[in-house]
Amino acid sequence: MEFFQPATWSEALAMKAAHPEAMPIVGGTDVMVELNLDHRRPEAIIDLTRISELTQWGTDDGLLRIGAGVTYSQLINELGDRLPGLAIASRTVGSPQIRNRGTVGGNLGTASPAGDAHPPLLASDSQVELASTSGVRRLAVGEFFTGPKRNAMRKDELIAAFLVEPARGPQQFSKVGTRNAMVIAVCSFALAIDLERRRVGSGIGSAGPTPLRAIEAEEFIQGELDWENRARPSDATLRRFGELVAAAAKPIDDVRGTATYRRHALAVMARRCLEWAWAAA
Amino acid sequence: MRPRLAPPTAIRGRVGDGVQRPDGLLKVRGEFPYSSDLQVEGMLWGATVRSPHPYARILSIDTAAARTMPGVRAVLTHEDVPGKNLYGLEFEDQPVLAHDFVRYWGEAVALVAADHPEQARRAAAKVHVEYQVLPPVVDPEQALSPGAPRLHPNGNLLRHVKIRHGEQAARADVVVKGEYEIGMQDQAPLGPESGLAVPDGEGGVDLYIATQWLHIDQQQLARVLGLPLEKVRLTMAGIGGAFGAREDLSMQAHACMLALKTGQPVKISYSRPESFVGHVHRHPGRLAYEHGADRDGTLVYVKARILLDGGAYASSSTAVIANATCFSAGPYRCPNATIDGLVVYTNNPPCGAMRGFGSVQNCYAHEAQMDKLAAALGMDPVELRIRNAMETGTEMITGQVIDGPVPVAELLRRVMSFSLPIGVEGRGEGTPLTSLPGGVSNTTHGEGVTRGVGYAAGFKNIGYSEGFDDHSTARVRLFVAGGKPRVEVHTAAAEVGQGMVMVQAQIAGSELGVNEIVVLNADTRIGSAGSSSASRQTYITGGAVKAAAEAVCKRVCEIAQSELYPANVLRIENDSVVGADGKPIVSLATLLGDEVIEETRTFHPRRTHHLDPETGQADAHMQFAFAAHRAVVDVDTELGLVKVVELATAQDVGMAINPLAVQGQLEGGAAQGLGLAVMEEILVKDGVIRNASFTDYLLPTILDMPPVRMDILELGDPNSPYGLKGVGEPPTISSGPAIVAAIRAATGRDITRVPVRPHDLTL
Repeated sequence: MEFFQPATWSEALAMKAAHPEAMPIVGGTDVMVELNLDHRRPEAIIDLTRISELTQWGTDDGLLRIGAGVTYSQLINELGDRLPGLAIASRTVGSPQIRNRGTVGGNLGTASPAGDAHPPLLASDSQVELASTSGVRRLAVGEFFTGPKRNAMRKDELIAAFLVEPARGPQQFSKVGTRNAMVIAVCSFALAIDLERRRVGSGIGSAGPTPLRAIEAEEFIQGELDWENRARPSDATLRRFGELVAAAAKPIDDVRGTATYRRHALAVMARRCLEWAWAAA
Repeated sequence: MRPRLAPPTAIRGRVGDGVQRPDGLLKVRGEFPYSSDLQVEGMLWGATVRSPHPYARILSIDTAAARTMPGVRAVLTHEDVPGKNLYGLEFEDQPVLAHDFVRYWGEAVALVAADHPEQARRAAAKVHVEYQVLPPVVDPEQALSPGAPRLHPNGNLLRHVKIRHGEQAARADVVVKGEYEIGMQDQAPLGPESGLAVPDGEGGVDLYIATQWLHIDQQQLARVLGLPLEKVRLTMAGIGGAFGAREDLSMQAHACMLALKTGQPVKISYSRPESFVGHVHRHPGRLAYEHGADRDGTLVYVKARILLDGGAYASSSTAVIANATCFSAGPYRCPNATIDGLVVYTNNPPCGAMRGFGSVQNCYAHEAQMDKLAAALGMDPVELRIRNAMETGTEMITGQVIDGPVPVAELLRRVMSFSLPIGVEGRGEGTPLTSLPGGVSNTTHGEGVTRGVGYAAGFKNIGYSEGFDDHSTARVRLFVAGGKPRVEVHTAAAEVGQGMVMVQAQIAGSELGVNEIVVLNADTRIGSAGSSSASRQTYITGGAVKAAAEAVCKRVCEIAQSELYPANVLRIENDSVVGADGKPIVSLATLLGDEVIEETRTFHPRRTHHLDPETGQADAHMQFAFAAHRAVVDVDTELGLVKVVELATAQDVGMAINPLAVQGQLEGGAAQGLGLAVMEEILVKDGVIRNASFTDYLLPTILDMPPVRMDILELGDPNSPYGLKGVGEPPTISSGPAIVAAIRAATGRDITRVPVRPHDLTL
């Protein structure tokens, strides 16, 4: 196994172009586990930890542009006010040690349907910035996930950043696991309300081959919410929203839970998240 | 060639002191040398080829490709086992390397030693084994059916323990029945199976190993390796938790075989997934119960059928089922009992010892039954238990009359008398997520949350039972070094994290009045200590250290009397011989000079007897320990998530040799009980473990484990050293059943299976 340690982003892209099978690593919270358990034996590893711009964030035409190497701890501490949904999700990731190492970029790279960052990224229409020696492209995060642990990256590309609009209203995230901390999602749900555009975004985690949006539920609730007076939606409306979210999921039975339970739990979480978010609107 | 081991340190303290553990700081700092850290110059690494099938006939094993891989020094199969290719704790039924059949998923088939662990693993992948795959027996009931494949020569029934006590046709006014299912729990010690075998160049081997019982390993290894005992020497390496998982051989024989074959030191250290197939688990069980009582709540009879899945090999299954059966009625008076305890072979992962050892499974059932009976009688569940609580002189369902303090009613009263934590309603806004079901996962802000309170009591035997010759040997040596008296204690007792090193030092310190005690590392140069299991080690090895220290003290006093003050009553205090008035007469340094006083003693507790094969009646157990728990839980009834809010416990420990360590046992044991109640389960499908990782085999975190309020009673057992009782297992027995009772109370659901899963509470 070859080990590359580029000092600059352009050097990193050149190495990836020359070694398309190389595995990038930053926090290592996924990659090292895969290596240690012999699940992967990449021919090369590109260590991106020396590239300082990856750990930085800034604004780009009204969007936050967040480097792929920004850790969950940074997100919580530095961006929690602007990205509350992602911050709640970040707090559910692993232990403090994992949050100090793990990155959203890595979460995207692994593209697990259970990735905790994915539902809030979906709910707030985020984009992923991919780079290669031949240029930069931005993909809507919904197009980025193509299957279980598969994404739309080309082999010569690296994840540079993700872009997300600062919250324009309340956001929520909720995740069911069978332990009260340090647990992989049995299923999860994210909600982002845009009070200016009167839109509701959603994201479902760990209940389908990829993270999913609940489009029908979003459309339903956008029409139902009392945007003028912010009155509490009726119980029937909340329940209907939950049902539509559950219907949008494509869960399976696996070692972490049953499909029936996942749908059930999504309905409950969606209803509660909506109620919490709207109460804060 | 000796690897670095934890250095023995001088420990100060007396019996009853809360001495801090000498290994604690090292462990917290990551400096403690665990068995997985062992290394010597030029050592090779071993890897194990394992069966991908739960049941198959081995047609051929081709090692040719593996042998030519880079760095490979040896590839071994069953043909290379020098001695007998069978071992086992109770009887020999398990091959060191599979020969004709593999009987469980992950069974060891071949071994590789190579210069680097990665080379060893790659070569292991090149060992080609041709299997004829057979349909596995994965259901214990199926194993008992007449048409089932016979997995071992004597059939699939490993042991059937029968208890026929009192009137077999007893009838009662009120009858409750229930069926219960217990999932497969894992000991999940953080330290993986690991050790280092160093050949001595003369045909023998030194094994550095983390084990619960050096001498039983040594005995089994000598037979497997075809060597006399003295050619197989074992030294304890740092143990990263045990809980029963280190009672059976895992990599011991494999490392020794590779070392003897290559003439080089060989280390084997399992990965986490490998560890899940590298040790036995807690028996999953199905338990069918019927309780009969008078209208006033007095128990009339208990009938039960307990079926445990022993998995592919016997391990300690036959002793586990004896416990499950003997203690099946719980710590209650019950004049009539008809109990059938069965343990069977299947092609599931082998099961054996785990903290609680058979008394955990049955406690879920008998405590659920007591609650059911209380409901049927319209009685308070604690009152029902107190009404039937065992007392001193109670005859168990095995006919044994329990002597010594039996404070079952008192323990229940005490856990009930703890004030209850603030209720769900009282918490109000701003409740931190960490105190709610779901924790930081933000699943509820109070919605759907209901509270429940549950109680349970349990008991089990301490030490070995059924006529087993329980004993331990200790050597205590007193001499003067650097002008100060120094005491060395040497036993083979395994320090598995319970604090055995401190306890030995405290006992020697108390008996000898010497301030600094050094406990030598355990090895096979001294006689057997028995296992660090059955909550027995403080009792048995503590008893041996006490006896040896008393003998040393006696000799010191004799020397002092002969040389100095023959008329005075003498003892040792604070490094000096003192007279009856407590004033120092002479320092030990002056008295002893160059003299070394050494005494070795073997301690035996009172004997036990075999269970009658037809009635299960006998004085089969040496000592009994009792505990009770109260659990307070909050359940999110819509999502089925549980937060255990508080555990309260009362336990009679006889005498707390080290109160700090006792508290640790009560907390840690309850955490392991909580684990089985709400999350810990090895999921086995068609004989294959589906969650062999800490990603999916979930252990409680600090956010799952609540504070434990405890009331530690020291009632003193008249038969034991210092009046102590075994401490380690009772906390694991009744904690889980109390939690499940609380979940039932919170949800109104009739929960009959553990671990309780979210979908059990919602769908």
